[in-house]
Amino acid sequence: MELIYEQSRSGRRGVRLPASDVPAAAGLPASLARSEAANLPEVSELDVVRHFTNLSRRNFSVDTHFYPLGSCTMKYNVKAIEEAARLFAPFHPMVPLLPGGASFSQGSLGLAHELGSVLAEITGMDEVTTQPLAGAHGEMTGIMLVAAYHKAKGNKKKYVVVPDSSHGTNPASAAMVGYEIITVPTAPYGDMDLDKFREVMTDEVAAVMMTCPNTLGLFNPHIKEICDIAHDHDALMYYDGANLNAILGKVRPGDVGFDVIHVNLHKTFGTPHGGGGPGSGPVGVKKQLVPFLPDPRIVKHADGSYAVDFAPHRTSIGRTAGFFGNFGVMAKAFAYITMLGRQGLIEVSEQAVLNANYVMSRLKDVYDLPYDQTCMHECVFSAGRQVKNGVHAIDIAKFLIDRGYHPPTVYFPLIVKEAIMIEPTETESKETLDAFIEVMRAAAELAETEPAAFAAMPETMPVTRLDETKAAREQNVCYFGC
Amino acid sequence: MSGASYCPNTPEEIREMLAAIGVGSVDDLFRPIAPGLRAKSFDLPEGMSEFEMLRHFQTLAGKNAQHLTPFVGGGFYDHLIPAVVDHLSGRAEFYTAYTPYQPECSQGTLQALFEYQTAICRLTGMDVSNASLYDGGTALAEGALMALRVTGRSRLVIDGAVNPLHRDIVRTYLASLDVELVEIGPKLGMEDDARLRAAIDDATAAVIVQNPNFFGSVSDFRRLAADAHAAGALLVVSAYPVALGLVESPGAMGADIVVGDGQSLGNPLSFGGPSFGFIASRKEYIRNLPGRIIGETVDRKGQRGFVLTLQAREQHIKRHKATSNICSNQSLCALRGLIFLSALGKEGFAELARLNYDKAEYAKGVLGGLSGVEVVNGSATFNEFTLCLRKSADEVVAGLLKRGVAAGVPLGPYYPDMGNCLVVTVTEKRTREEIDTFARQLEGVLWS
Repeated sequence: MELIYEQSRSGRRGVRLPASDVPAAAGLPASLARSEAANLPEVSELDVVRHFTNLSRRNFSVDTHFYPLGSCTMKYNVKAIEEAARLFAPFHPMVPLLPGGASFSQGSLGLAHELGSVLAEITGMDEVTTQPLAGAHGEMTGIMLVAAYHKAKGNKKKYVVVPDSSHGTNPASAAMVGYEIITVPTAPYGDMDLDKFREVMTDEVAAVMMTCPNTLGLFNPHIKEICDIAHDHDALMYYDGANLNAILGKVRPGDVGFDVIHVNLHKTFGTPHGGGGPGSGPVGVKKQLVPFLPDPRIVKHADGSYAVDFAPHRTSIGRTAGFFGNFGVMAKAFAYITMLGRQGLIEVSEQAVLNANYVMSRLKDVYDLPYDQTCMHECVFSAGRQVKNGVHAIDIAKFLIDRGYHPPTVYFPLIVKEAIMIEPTETESKETLDAFIEVMRAAAELAETEPAAFAAMPETMPVTRLDETKAAREQNVCYFGC
Repeated sequence: MSGASYCPNTPEEIREMLAAIGVGSVDDLFRPIAPGLRAKSFDLPEGMSEFEMLRHFQTLAGKNAQHLTPFVGGGFYDHLIPAVVDHLSGRAEFYTAYTPYQPECSQGTLQALFEYQTAICRLTGMDVSNASLYDGGTALAEGALMALRVTGRSRLVIDGAVNPLHRDIVRTYLASLDVELVEIGPKLGMEDDARLRAAIDDATAAVIVQNPNFFGSVSDFRRLAADAHAAGALLVVSAYPVALGLVESPGAMGADIVVGDGQSLGNPLSFGGPSFGFIASRKEYIRNLPGRIIGETVDRKGQRGFVLTLQAREQHIKRHKATSNICSNQSLCALRGLIFLSALGKEGFAELARLNYDKAEYAKGVLGGLSGVEVVNGSATFNEFTLCLRKSADEVVAGLLKRGVAAGVPLGPYYPDMGNCLVVTVTEKRTREEIDTFARQLEGVLWS
């Protein structure tokens, strides 16, 4: 499809601006003024509407297709939350920071504070900051809090421990804060190898980062023991909230022994993913970490009013983002929680786990299941059996696209060869799952009978399989003339 | 059951599914979780219908002041948003899609982000851009980290006229790393060019500046760029994108890495987020760019298509050796930025910048003409300027808030010797009448 720049015609224009009601000022000095206008498209408003409407039709999305994308929790995005968030769109974040300004932002400050309280109750933590702008940003913030805690205690710590099944963001976030990473392998039963874990745990470990249930979809039965071992070395337990959807109302990480958690509002609380963001990654902590939380803090006074805490927190790690977080996303998540309520949230985890186990049980005779146990909200197969016929996980993914399904996550977690990671979520019906299961079974059958057929897939999309090597080698990331 | 659930399975279907799995109840599926690990509390209110929820939210939003006229910036700006931006970015196929890991069924998002990268390159005068970062402040921190990686050095010089909120974020990001951060205090409304240049040595990875700076002043950084380059250091510029319709691009001034906040490009204020951060650089540094990058390629039939590229730099492949930990970015906000720039186009965007400039110049004249008010910027400004007043800016701003005007950002909290000064922001949305009213109110508060 043509790029918007290729539709450009000199002198054409789209949206008009209001006429100026002030006199024209003398311009900038020549040394400061732009010598050449930025070469943006010159198109009509209809050109813009048609272009982006047509582009959108070249996408799969939750509203158009089933998206069993493991670890990403692509549930239906409830529409009413959009209207709720829109009510807060016009408010400027600087107003509560002005002298006397907090009283002009009681609605927004209140929402952010109450969301924090609700998340603290859901996760079993003492306090929550909503400032981090994405899950990985939350992880980094969490590890910064860990670093500040150890520094304040005079602890010399050098390492962060992660299981090899962890999300790549865990080691990357810890490395951004200056820690070295120790990776612990997964034992045959799918949990972190306890003996290996004991071996690496020393007083030089600052934190252990766990996802529980982990990225194999399994709940670690030794989690309490792991927390105790870590605490014996004054290491803190970090909970990666990516899989929180599986345990709402069932387990609170804070009760189990975790000290820090991030929550992905765009996963568990169903805010739309937007093609890769915005997300939001609030961080919850236990009491000992509260003094280090990022500035500015929103506090609630005894009279029920909210204020921005300006007092210099000498122990605060400082700002991790501009203001109070991705507020629009926070408002949507709060609306979602308000609508589901206590019972609705419990039902989320129950139905998500039911759907995942149903898919798992109905596919395990045709795909290898390396860790055959009751799963939580996702399960991980391997295309190992299909690979013997030359059909890889990626080929099965492309087959699914032709049949109208967004593929599951493939090649993750890294510890499963030819991984196919399926997370149906609670919002899909049995009919949808049955249809998906049939298509997955058809893929397995085709891999036996006509494996060569996969090479041409997908055939039904605007483009066929794309050459990723060429993209990396030739690095064309900007339309010519940049 | 009370509340909404959005779980479609009927009791009959649930029974069938349990039978297929071979368990008696849904609770059996939670057996891996030992009783001792179960939640000690889950004390939340029961759910509401969407209608009750919306009424509740209307009440909450109503507790914000509804009629403040904003002359505040601080990194977020009250700009016009054409209707097409909401309409097109709200299309479900963009809105409810995920990261385009499967390119064949994500060409809409991928092509849009490729076009976004192109727009950012053209605005900033750079060769390459990624597909967005979180916001302007975190983009500045990522730009600083990128300069450290590119040069292999460990010292950064940052201008004190860079947005203090953003400098705070840079400090937070660098706190645990072995990096020296040298902050050069500004002179009233101007970066201190001579001291910045003098601070560069052969251990310096980058000099970090902002244009226009926090005081609203527009600067020519060509000489600073030349000095930085002579010492083997980079110039990192944080730019306000609307200004790039009028002000010379950072690329043309010699910048190596350009960052900024894209909220002004079609994203509502939304109490501080979501917005998007942009980052662009010279081509030779592309492997050190953090975050996602979209690249052009071809399919089996030779047709043009787009994919996520250079993923070997990213956390899901490289883990702790990645260029950054970024996973989700701000795609939808970046898409809004692209639609905004496309709708205004080459001419409209330049006109928008000019309108901001003219309105601010008018306000600067009117406010600066008042007795007890002095404009302190030493050079040209763009849509923001700094006033020093005959009394405390805190007192004046608090007084004006009560009269319905958010007058500007008082500088005392950030620059202790500037307690009588404030930065005033004027965008194209402010009318002459609003500016004149502000002037009258300011005069009233100043002399009361």
